[in-house]
Amino acid sequence: MVQYSQSRDVAFAALSDATRRGVLEQLGHADASITQLAAKFHMTLTGMKKHVGVLEQAGLITTQKAGRVRICKLGQRRLEEEAAWIGQYQQLWAARFDALDTVIEDLK
Amino acid sequence: MDAGKKPNPTTVERTSDLELTVTRTFNGPVRLVYRAWTDPELFRKWWTPKSFSLTIVSREMDIRTGGSYRLLIKHPSMPEPMTFYGRYLEVIPNARIVWTNEENGESGAVTTVTFEDKGDETLVVMRDLFPSKAALDEAIASGSTAGKDEQFAQLDDLLAALA
Repeated sequence: MVQYSQSRDVAFAALSDATRRGVLEQLGHADASITQLAAKFHMTLTGMKKHVGVLEQAGLITTQKAGRVRICKLGQRRLEEEAAWIGQYQQLWAARFDALDTVIEDLK
Repeated sequence: MDAGKKPNPTTVERTSDLELTVTRTFNGPVRLVYRAWTDPELFRKWWTPKSFSLTIVSREMDIRTGGSYRLLIKHPSMPEPMTFYGRYLEVIPNARIVWTNEENGESGAVTTVTFEDKGDETLVVMRDLFPSKAALDEAIASGSTAGKDEQFAQLDDLLAALA
């Protein structure tokens, strides 16, 4: 639990910066290299590398070297959020369909 | 349902960047499943499960190709009921219904539900097709991270005050 709250603090710190939130939003649309992100946010490569480092440490993104470029994509934490949402959606539909079972039984 | 019998599993999968798919088998012939889906009085009995504290306030369902629907659903946490509305793009009795979800504007999904005859059972497959990856991502983000913008705004204020 301690570990969890520490990791949450790191994530909150990472998200406290508008550029870093913008980077996450951007990566939600498509993966991008650090160079592309730097250009998009009108920053130096070094500045963007720092932001990417913070986001990566927080588990919000992952990076992968492909030849001479480093590609950034959304990380595990973001994927967990998606899985959590799908879980809630699944619960709604499971509840609906279990109720539909009863309606069908009554029609038989 | 038989006492103690477990319900069939409901699966939800993000089947592509644009699509969510819900699958479920029902222990009944397709004509009964279709009737329960399309008869407004029967529909009311299952669309808003009690465990989700949802209630249908009003419903208009003109289930035919080109027809429209409008549902008002309320939840105790919301002062106003939520409105869901759209049009039926295709209705083939006992086989398929396609409808739009216009309450979400241009980012709304088109839903296709198919009813597949398996004798005494019916396979229902429901697909939500979003106009773009961003629209589906957004639907997911607004559901799972509701309230986060507010948290971030508060955090921004806090950090600004500390700086």
